[in-house]
Amino acid sequence: MPDFGLLLTLFFEFFKTGLFALGGGLATIPFLYEMMEKYHWFSQQDLMNMIAVSESTPGPMGVNMATYVGFHASGNSIIGALTTTIGLVAPSVIIICIIARMLEQFRDSHWVQDIFYGLRPAVSAMIASAGIGVLIATLFPQTVNLTGISWIHLGLFVLFFIIAMSYKKLHPILLICICAALGVILKL
Amino acid sequence: MNIYLDLFLTFFKIGLFTFGGGYAMLPMLESEVVNKKHWATYDELMDYFAVGQCTPGVIAVNTATFVGYNKKRISGGLAATAGVITPSIIIIIIIASLLTNFASIPAVQHALSGIRIAVCVLIFKAVLKMMKSGIQDAYGIGIFIAALAATYFELIPTVLIVVIAGTLGVLIKNIIKSKKEKPDA
Repeated sequence: MPDFGLLLTLFFEFFKTGLFALGGGLATIPFLYEMMEKYHWFSQQDLMNMIAVSESTPGPMGVNMATYVGFHASGNSIIGALTTTIGLVAPSVIIICIIARMLEQFRDSHWVQDIFYGLRPAVSAMIASAGIGVLIATLFPQTVNLTGISWIHLGLFVLFFIIAMSYKKLHPILLICICAALGVILKL
Repeated sequence: MNIYLDLFLTFFKIGLFTFGGGYAMLPMLESEVVNKKHWATYDELMDYFAVGQCTPGVIAVNTATFVGYNKKRISGGLAATAGVITPSIIIIIIIASLLTNFASIPAVQHALSGIRIAVCVLIFKAVLKMMKSGIQDAYGIGIFIAALAATYFELIPTVLIVVIAGTLGVLIKNIIKSKKEKPDA
């Protein structure tokens, strides 16, 4: 059982991260750097490894990193891992419950409708932008200067995009499993 | 099945197949939450995503809390959130105690390289669907293009884009409305 004071500090630091990190997993990285310098729970090498593992395992990246840091910093304790993860998601849960309640009351108000009318195209654009980023990273795996295009990645992307658009009911989990298997078989 | 258990297990499945950012979750939410369980409509899901974008925290968690809350208030929100984070906790603890070099195993890297293709496909499919239902007119196309440029080239922070887009929505709707009302007057 790790020290109670340590658990309290871990909870507080990750609560702060959850409250101020806007825009998903990558936004938590600067907070982790700050923790590293302040508390020395992990080294820079550890942090790099944690980011790599969080990116390569299933689950939202921010949650993965919180779990990893909590586990590591508390001397491989599951209680430590739970403390940081709950700390990270607590602000979200509180804020979203308040907003969901408000939205429910004002849902039929034309102001809310008007806001969403403007918001939906913008949110589509944000997701499109994230998609373009991932697509470029996938098609140009080796280089940053857009010369070494990977034709096999491009071919598979086009193929699966056509399949996904033709069979609307294709389950995303099936698609992920097929692509993971192909990745291993073709050594992508 | 007990609704809390159902929320937990559905979001457990979603958490287990979320890779990288929360965006690839959208098609998964669509097939599980909209098509299979009917817990929300597609439009509601998009609104949750929009709100999740401009509130702090992990988008996957925000969306899970939203869906859970609408089903069973705070306890529903907690059940869905617990579901979406549990796979992470289990997998990370196993990897952190056994395989600290997990990310550099060749088979893992190959599998991830394949998964990234699936994630791209899922994201673009989601974008096309969102554009079809979320962009109603030329103003919408304008907002989409401006927001795409602003996000992709990181011209202004995300929060500001959300605030501006929401404000534009109100302005456009009310200007159109006042124009339409004039002939009657």
